[in-house]
Amino acid sequence: MAAIDLGSLPALPAPPAIEGRGPWQLAWARLRRDRVAVTCAIFIAVLLLVALLAKPISVLAGYSPTDQDRVNGISPDGLPMPPSVHHWLGTDNLGRDLLVRIVYGSQVSLAVGVGAAVVAVLIGVIVGMCAGYLGPAVDSILARLMDVVLSFPFLLFAIALATVAGPSELLEIAVIAFFSWAAVGRIVRGQTLAIREKEYVEAARSLGAGPLRIMLVDVLPNLVAPVIVYTTLLIPVSIVFESTLSYLGVGIIPPTPSWGNMISDAQSYYQVAWWFLLFPGLALILTTLAFNLLGDSVRDALDPRG
Amino acid sequence: MSLLTVRDLWVSFHTADGLVQAVRGVSFDVQPGQTLGIVGESGSGKTVCTQTLIGLVPGADVRGQAFFDGHDLLTMRPAELRAVRGARIATIFQDPLSSLHPLYRVGWQIAEMIQAHRNVTRRAARTRAVELLEMVGIPHAVRRIDDYPHQFSGGMRQRVMIAMALALEPELIIADEPTTALDATVQAQIIDLLRRLRDEFGTALVMITHDLGVVADVADEVLVMYGGRVVESAGRRPIYYEPHHPYTKGLLESIPGAAGTSGELRPIPGQPPSMIAVPEGCAFHPRCRYTMGRCMVDQPDLHPVGPGHRSACWLPGRLLGFGDQVEAERVAAAREVGA
Amino acid sequence: MSGDVMLRLDNVVKHFPIRRGALVRRQIGAVRAVDGVSLEVRRGETLGLVGETGCGKSTLARCVTRLQPLTSGTVEFDGRDVSALSRRALRPLRREVQMIFQDPYGALNPRRRVGSIIGDPFAIHGIADGQERKRLVQDLMALVGLNPEHYNRFPADFSGGQRQRIGVARALALRPALVVCDEPVSALDVSIQAQILNLLSDLQQSLGLTYVFIAHDLSVVEHVSDRVAVMYLGRIVELADAGELYARPRHPYSAALLSAASIADLDMADRRERIVLTGDVPSPVAPPAGCHFHPRCPKAQAICVREAPKLVAREGDRSTHRTACHFPVVPGDDLTGGPASVGGAVDGGD
Repeated sequence: MAAIDLGSLPALPAPPAIEGRGPWQLAWARLRRDRVAVTCAIFIAVLLLVALLAKPISVLAGYSPTDQDRVNGISPDGLPMPPSVHHWLGTDNLGRDLLVRIVYGSQVSLAVGVGAAVVAVLIGVIVGMCAGYLGPAVDSILARLMDVVLSFPFLLFAIALATVAGPSELLEIAVIAFFSWAAVGRIVRGQTLAIREKEYVEAARSLGAGPLRIMLVDVLPNLVAPVIVYTTLLIPVSIVFESTLSYLGVGIIPPTPSWGNMISDAQSYYQVAWWFLLFPGLALILTTLAFNLLGDSVRDALDPRG
Repeated sequence: MSLLTVRDLWVSFHTADGLVQAVRGVSFDVQPGQTLGIVGESGSGKTVCTQTLIGLVPGADVRGQAFFDGHDLLTMRPAELRAVRGARIATIFQDPLSSLHPLYRVGWQIAEMIQAHRNVTRRAARTRAVELLEMVGIPHAVRRIDDYPHQFSGGMRQRVMIAMALALEPELIIADEPTTALDATVQAQIIDLLRRLRDEFGTALVMITHDLGVVADVADEVLVMYGGRVVESAGRRPIYYEPHHPYTKGLLESIPGAAGTSGELRPIPGQPPSMIAVPEGCAFHPRCRYTMGRCMVDQPDLHPVGPGHRSACWLPGRLLGFGDQVEAERVAAAREVGA
Repeated sequence: MSGDVMLRLDNVVKHFPIRRGALVRRQIGAVRAVDGVSLEVRRGETLGLVGETGCGKSTLARCVTRLQPLTSGTVEFDGRDVSALSRRALRPLRREVQMIFQDPYGALNPRRRVGSIIGDPFAIHGIADGQERKRLVQDLMALVGLNPEHYNRFPADFSGGQRQRIGVARALALRPALVVCDEPVSALDVSIQAQILNLLSDLQQSLGLTYVFIAHDLSVVEHVSDRVAVMYLGRIVELADAGELYARPRHPYSAALLSAASIADLDMADRRERIVLTGDVPSPVAPPAGCHFHPRCPKAQAICVREAPKLVAREGDRSTHRTACHFPVVPGDDLTGGPASVGGAVDGGD
């Protein structure tokens, strides 16, 4: 198997080479240059850290999330105390330290938000890929299924489910994932349908590759970009969803803190205790914003042409 | 006096990857009624060159002059350029699907263009549009004038483009790869049409293509471009039978069935250069079989090698064509001066 | 090495149904992409398949490689009928029949490394893995003129010609006997085309390959092929040895196609007679009755509308030169006069 002699070749100059930098490395480089992305990433990293270190933080502060501080935490009228040297962010209506509660609340938000997003994306990708690739018979069934799921009234159903099964973190994840997967599925289905027509998929078929191999090796890598973007955008949606459920009392129920139920409690007190509504609200908004901006930056990094 | 005189045109673009020098010092003339073929592959600069002339490359760095009827196209005000474009210099592009507006009827587009340059009524413009469609061979023109571009086949659309180009009886038509996207039989129809119309109206034609066969059919004069420069310019016979520049010769040897070559293909090794990192000296030297030391440092300019025949190469001007003797001399010349 | 018949197509038909309706899809018509093709490919030869847009050559290629199921007809490879085999049963065939695709930019997955792309065949058929596979892939890269050290690069790092070489390497990994080349050089610059054509020719010699070479550029097809088949609207209208076809085309369409081809030879270009066909190729959804070419044919007569001519050797031709025409071209014919009006709608339009 000798190399083919292409005629007497004069020495060719080395082409200006970008040393094997694949699409991933290039995207990563673009992302690192994006200041907004970096800021948001740091914020999220800090949040993650805080959530993981909830226990040590509460020990440091001297309060647990359910401790009711009758000395410094409640005013003589039984109202929450504003931020002070004892309680940096103030207290809630039961004299519990807001800072510690927000920290513990972040655990819930992150766990449920990220958890639900990941589960939704997993299901969505699997179903979407199958619908897009396996042909019109499978597609009609799965596409209809996704349409049906998407037409469910989310909140009503969630409330009904929680009422029947009893609220818990796991249920929240399940419910949020159940309502989110179909949107991902649709997008993945569309992308898969497009990828399916590409010549390199045809080439794989001509080599004898089966549908499973093609889906995993040829289709999936081309889905990763939109999937990553969608995941980072789905997380804040899930976090807000979780807060909504908790707010309505069908998510995390007191005394366990969740930003949602804290906001719910704070409603009646906002006129006299602005900090009670502001800080949990701010935590929610900032977290959502950070994920959204990061998601946008990730999308731009993966496909700079928009 | 020539219709179009381009002198020392340089066009570059600033991109994220660096400065792209698309056109590096191109000069040529087009006489009234003449057909000039510009031949080159991807990256040769042939398209950028002509697009610059009519102002279709915003954001580019342009130097040089392009005189059309005494006025420099490159320094014209936008309003003046618009008046010239369409009315006196018309363009036909490769892909009519992207140059015709998909949402407007074909007749409307032609009429609108006529009215933009001439003071006529809508009715008169429409009548003219029908005439034009008939002239380019579209059957049932009266009916088809109200069709949308997508309702025409590729060949028909190209005819519509030609009709639009001819609407205002321009003095010069620039046809940029007008037949590349078409089937062979349709291509033949379009070339035939262009030839007939050119003969009838005396329009000058600049035909840009990568297909030497197309050029053989229409051109009087041929320019061969490589690496943003003109490397050879001659009448059609000398280009095909007595090329001087190794690139021209190499192109002809790469085409099955080309004149003067044997049955075997002798491809040019390597790839066209990146226009960001153009090789020093002669841009073609990395791929040339007859590279001499001088080629790597000194960029050759076009100089005469025969009557009406110029080439930008350091090889002796008398070495033309494909003969074995000539070939041996080329190789000897290359070795002698030292590679 | 002209040998036995390796591939035999018998009246292959491929129609793509056109369906209407939301809930219940009814078929209202069909795109008759391949409308009855019978062909033989002999071991070691290169069979050129030439035709314009819509003639069905790409679809035929996909029928031959069984990337598509057939509507009817048979495809026999090495004596075995592969027309109706399931995907699983077709797997062994994949090792013997491979395809090179047209678009160097679309035929390679941009997210995968080149070594992985070329190594795909080995992975799929469980032939080699790890170091062994890498070695085989690098051997292939050297074989097609690529630098084996670029094993880990992505397609975007390569030029069009180089990507096409990658496609060739991938197709040859399993040492197929038959390679179907679907317009392998159409998307490349002229100077690069020649490199790839030479490569394919060298590989054919050193590896004993048989090619079905599909292209629309006639000079390229003549250069590479031993025999050439001309297709029009789903049917083969002429089949002959390359030199024979180009010197003496017998079908009016072949003659027109040849006269229309761009030839980079001034004397020939000046000398030849231009047969300019009017109008466009009709749509394969509703091809004309009888001989599909009759509306545009300068020699058409009444029988051409009624009866589709068979692809057989005509009077005065060798047995290897088959033409599907009731009135083949003879010397002295004037074909420049435009279509003979025979009741087929000569619209000249769509």
